[in-house]
Amino acid sequence: MDSSVATPAAQTPPAAPPQQPQQSGRGAVEGSATWQLSDRIGLAVCWALGLLFCAIAVAIAVYLFLQGIKYLKPSMLVTPAAGGFTQSESGGFSDAFIGTLIVAVMGISLALPAGVGIAVWLVEYGRPAALARITESTIESIAGIPSIVLALFGTVIFSSTALGFLSRTSEGVVFGRSFFAAAAMLSLVALPLVVASTREGLNAIPQHVREASYAVGKTKIATVRRILLPTARPQVATGAMLGLGRIIGDTAIIVVLLGATQNFAPVGGTFPLNYLRGAGTTLTNFVYEASPTGNLNQPQKAYAAAFVLLLMVLALNAAVDIVHRRARKAGTWSH
Amino acid sequence: MESLIPVPPPIRRLPLEQTPPAREAAPVGVGEKDGNGAQPASGGFTAARRSIGAPQFSIRRMEIDAVSVSYSDREAVKSVSLPVRQGEVLSLIGPSGCGKTTLLRSLNRLTELTRTATLTGRILLDDVDIRLIEPTLLRRRVTMVFQQPNPFPMSVFDNIAYVLREQGSRRVRKKTLEPKVHSALQRAGLFEEVKDNLDHPALRLSGGQQQRLCIARALAAEPEVLLLDEPCSALDPQSTQVIEDLIVKLRDDVAVVIVTHNLQQAYRIADHVAFMYLGELVEYSSATALFNSPREQRTKEYVSGAFG
Amino acid sequence: MDEGYLPEDGPKWSDQRAERMLGALVCAVVGLLLALIVTVFIRAWPSFAHNGLAWFGGGGDVEEQLNQIYLSGLEGADYVYTFHAWPLIWSTLLITGGAVLLALFCSLFVSVFIVEFAPERMRDVLQPVVRFLASVPSVIYGLLGVLVIVPFVGNHLVTEPQKASVAGVISLSGYSLLAAVLILTVMIAPLMISIFSDGLRSVRPGWLEGSLALGVNRWRTTWKIAVRSARPAIVAGTVLAVARAIGEAVMLAMVSGSVAFAPNPADGLIFIYEPSRPLAPTIVKNIDSLGSAPSNATLFAIAAFLLFSAAIFSLAGWVARRAMRKYGATA
Repeated sequence: MDSSVATPAAQTPPAAPPQQPQQSGRGAVEGSATWQLSDRIGLAVCWALGLLFCAIAVAIAVYLFLQGIKYLKPSMLVTPAAGGFTQSESGGFSDAFIGTLIVAVMGISLALPAGVGIAVWLVEYGRPAALARITESTIESIAGIPSIVLALFGTVIFSSTALGFLSRTSEGVVFGRSFFAAAAMLSLVALPLVVASTREGLNAIPQHVREASYAVGKTKIATVRRILLPTARPQVATGAMLGLGRIIGDTAIIVVLLGATQNFAPVGGTFPLNYLRGAGTTLTNFVYEASPTGNLNQPQKAYAAAFVLLLMVLALNAAVDIVHRRARKAGTWSH
Repeated sequence: MESLIPVPPPIRRLPLEQTPPAREAAPVGVGEKDGNGAQPASGGFTAARRSIGAPQFSIRRMEIDAVSVSYSDREAVKSVSLPVRQGEVLSLIGPSGCGKTTLLRSLNRLTELTRTATLTGRILLDDVDIRLIEPTLLRRRVTMVFQQPNPFPMSVFDNIAYVLREQGSRRVRKKTLEPKVHSALQRAGLFEEVKDNLDHPALRLSGGQQQRLCIARALAAEPEVLLLDEPCSALDPQSTQVIEDLIVKLRDDVAVVIVTHNLQQAYRIADHVAFMYLGELVEYSSATALFNSPREQRTKEYVSGAFG
Repeated sequence: MDEGYLPEDGPKWSDQRAERMLGALVCAVVGLLLALIVTVFIRAWPSFAHNGLAWFGGGGDVEEQLNQIYLSGLEGADYVYTFHAWPLIWSTLLITGGAVLLALFCSLFVSVFIVEFAPERMRDVLQPVVRFLASVPSVIYGLLGVLVIVPFVGNHLVTEPQKASVAGVISLSGYSLLAAVLILTVMIAPLMISIFSDGLRSVRPGWLEGSLALGVNRWRTTWKIAVRSARPAIVAGTVLAVARAIGEAVMLAMVSGSVAFAPNPADGLIFIYEPSRPLAPTIVKNIDSLGSAPSNATLFAIAAFLLFSAAIFSLAGWVARRAMRKYGATA
């Protein structure tokens, strides 16, 4: 039927099965029944792969959920890890849990101001143009650098004597591993997300809003602080949360820059700086060490910690969704 | 009592030079015959001359039978009935929003792409209800050219060959396609201009050439009916002229339905004209009759520019 | 000029000052990236200098070489730098290539499905699924890999005769190329799917309508027109996925085996069951040896190679997208 070009002035009736057209006229709607076989196989592949990905996601979520419920005891969140032969004796991972919170807060408090500042510069200023292009490429490149390379760079920076006060120093050798070091490098991981999201938010504000503000004599920076950034708050928040998600999920930087311990190892006397200067661990590091690849080989604790970690990431995702939905409901500028 | 409302200062009117009143386009002289031998009515509708002669033959290809199209609750087309004949050009005219584009799009079931559209009535192609024909088959017999030229992001050759390649299952060799592509380009009057550059990107052509490419593409499917939705509205006058000549030449091979808001264009190239207003078919008659002696009052007003 | 008209709103900062400070911030970040690149290459230099082009070649057992390098650093006298990274490079090529190809295939079909052919309800399910898969941390993928996939491959997929056939050289315990490629595919596919979907959605609707109006069915219209015009997005997504796959260290460290082995396709189909050690996990596994100077140089050399590869791929992607602009596909 379709192996040649349709002949002109075909007077013969078409080959499709005749149907009674409904009154509203949606008779022979194009369905895949009339496609070529290769087209229909393609559609079947689409369905198969779509369902496969759903199945994989469900499997991951359900399996972690089950294993996590099985092994997670609330005491694990508040008991630090301790030595012990069986898994039930070796305590929990409270240090890891708190460690995750610490790096998250420290990392995002570096990334958020820097990211917003860069985004503001790119959107509102951006002179000279060459510097703007270089900056865009830089942010994209940072996004593409593997975190293990960032971690190695961090060892160079934080092992230098100039920054020795940020970690443990003994006999003139700077150890270079601390929460400061990890958080600094983690902020680079979150930076591109914050920049991209904030730029989107600022770009979405129409020009006449800015012009109205300048027309009453406000400086550009005041306009940014008082009008533009508050308006772009949903996007900034989204960027921050996406960045947080990346930070708490990162393992390579933690393994390299925070040390392979399971507990806090504070340095010095003053609280809280002594903890921040010292080594520690986070949930990701804990899962890595507790897995058969790591030093502990306590798969049950690994599942428990992984479950907590996943819940945190999902909570952040849900928060991003809520922010999006609320922003959409609040409406947009009329153009 | 003092006025509480501040009174604005009086407006100074600047005296303008006396401009002569706008004149109608120079009418064809009374008693003078236009190029086709038809006698223009006195006071002629327009300076445009008809470029189209009487149809040689006319075969009824499509029948529009009491068709109404609604988008959600809004009725865009209200119970229109028209014939579409091969051998002549049918032009749909009317002001914006009168439903002429919707009616055109219902002829190849493009209205079904909008979910909220419903259609009642019948449209027949060679006495078969088009709803019984599978949509992709229908759209090869009734092809459409759009207002904005939309050549695909491929070479000129591939644009035309696209229609031919996607109808078969087997990979067709370029050699087999060449004659068909060349003939489509010739029918569209584009072959001479592009025959040396068939592999160049189609998007590099000028606007008029792109639109002729779209017409060639529509012709490559060897359709029975060609629908044109304001094909010249985005083009300059020279390209418009070329395309109008092309349309006149095509009417013997395909039934042509053209939607246009340019009344002079309709006068130049149409055999029959259908005037639509607010979804209704107000008047349908031959082009000379409708423009020079319209029956309906609304037609008269529209044709003379009272509104639209 | 800088003072606000209303005194209580007097600006704390002038525009010039603000611009200067933000400009300084931007320059600092650019400078940081440059410092990173320079530092990595400087630190890597000794390893490249001592090995020359043989660094990229084969020969010898990588584990043994790394051990020697580390020990020589502890002694402090003659540093040994001998290092032939080919098994690592080959593993990286296999794993990255396999995962990217598989993910490209899957992501194309899934994104076409999401944008064009999935019913409304299916789309509402698939989009959160893709977002979920993108946000699972890589250490959790690694955990599931090592506790679920690896035992499955080792106990149920690899047969005893297969294990016996290579028993002398390597043990097929499930830590394998297959596990690594499958999990890495699931990790990078969501990234590609979201970029491809964006590209498909931004096709000029006039093209799609024009194609349908010529009687071409939806499937062909989508593939021949939409996918074709979204090619720049496809290239961009693939490049990003390659960069991600090359740099993936933690999951691969957990799943691909503890031996620096290079899977050998000459072994036949069994090679997908063989363990492997790509470049990035090697850094993680040897991170404790950073203190020893030659080890330090070697690890930085690996990092330099990773950076360089990612940069080359980005460049290739950029060139490809420029070439595509010729036919009018929007970049």
